[in-house]
Amino acid sequence: MQVRVMINGEKREADVAPRLLLVHLIREVFRLTGTHIGCDTSHCGACTVLLDGRPVKSCTLFAVQADGRELMTVEGLEQNGTLHPVQEGFMEEHGLQCGYCTPGMLMTSYAFLQRHKDPTEDEVRWAISGNLCRCTGYVNIVKAVRYAAAKLRQGGA
Amino acid sequence: MIPGAFDYHAPTSIGDATALLARLGEDAKVLSGGQSLIPLMKLRLASPRHLVDINRIPGLAYIRETDGELAIGALTREADLEESDLIRTRYPLLADVSRVVADPLVRNLATVCGNLAHGDPANDHPAAMLALGAEVVAAAARGQRRIPVREFFTGPFSTALAPGEVLIEIRVPTPARRSAGAYVKLERKVGDFATAAVAAQVTLGDGGAIEGVGLGLTNVGPTPIQATRAEAFLRGKRPDAATLKEAARLAAEESRPTTDVRGPAEYKRDLVRVLAARALAKAVERAGGGR
Repeated sequence: MQVRVMINGEKREADVAPRLLLVHLIREVFRLTGTHIGCDTSHCGACTVLLDGRPVKSCTLFAVQADGRELMTVEGLEQNGTLHPVQEGFMEEHGLQCGYCTPGMLMTSYAFLQRHKDPTEDEVRWAISGNLCRCTGYVNIVKAVRYAAAKLRQGGA
Repeated sequence: MIPGAFDYHAPTSIGDATALLARLGEDAKVLSGGQSLIPLMKLRLASPRHLVDINRIPGLAYIRETDGELAIGALTREADLEESDLIRTRYPLLADVSRVVADPLVRNLATVCGNLAHGDPANDHPAAMLALGAEVVAAAARGQRRIPVREFFTGPFSTALAPGEVLIEIRVPTPARRSAGAYVKLERKVGDFATAAVAAQVTLGDGGAIEGVGLGLTNVGPTPIQATRAEAFLRGKRPDAATLKEAARLAAEESRPTTDVRGPAEYKRDLVRVLAARALAKAVERAGGGR
């Protein structure tokens, strides 16, 4: 079946089998490998992408369901060589060790910060509660998201 | 993990969807949020030959009060429920549930109606809808019918929906004066199913006695359980500590938990007692009891 999407601002299309999962369309057909497959059982959130602006687990959605819709992956965060504040925050606050959960954490945080300009620590923890980090780096991840919130409030990106 | 192959159908009206379901019969499954169905398909615990995706049908995402009832449409996401001012102000029991279903990412796709239609006794909305005395609306090619939620769950992962039917709406009676509810869930971590959970809804009379009550239990039996003996015990009584304690004991007796990774049956039964007492106390407090 033909699937047409807008991904990171670019029109892409592909002919796919109905059972192809969205994460496989993104990684194997579009070759955007920043999105990771973690648990493959809808638990870990490593595969999080934005579907019409909302973070969803791309391992738990068929590619055909995204037909005609807008997607954003971690590759869409950086603009003209400048990191998005949420990426800068993870760098500055050491919000990652192994980095496996990071693309999902970034996409969830990015969507969250669109709607929460000055989140408390509890609100950030709630927002990322569907994304697992097995390095147990949550303290610094929370700091990173709040760093990004502050940067965005100052008008960065 | 790759699901088995299937034919994909994306109807754009309820009429087209029900015509497809009538034609495909038991070989078809309805895809709404997909947050339960797709994991089952990836594990090959489900391998439907046809998927009827209802996400392209316009006008099925709504939360509104109409004719003395709250109506929740088939494509209302859990996140929509969580963000609804109407739910937050008028249906505290559903507001509680909306914050503990799976995790925030899953809630962006998962639907409230799907949470019932899946028929999983571990899901959170069934107990809440039992406590609220809700009904579901099932659509088929031959027409629509309403099914009380208390008759909806017929066994593990089995519901009163017939092949060819799709759940298109949940109807909840609008709350009477001095009524409120609460949902109390113990989960090992965010995203896990309940070790046990209890939904309570109470209506207080002018004298402060309990006029109406609903009590639903999550994941402590082969189906969601309505604790009818505890409800009968509470009706007409003042909600003092001793009364709520006895009702909670009765609710625990009505649970039918099994031993699994979340704990031994005895532990879960006692958990029902504790959670029922807490849910009832919170519901009574929210309904303005003791004031």
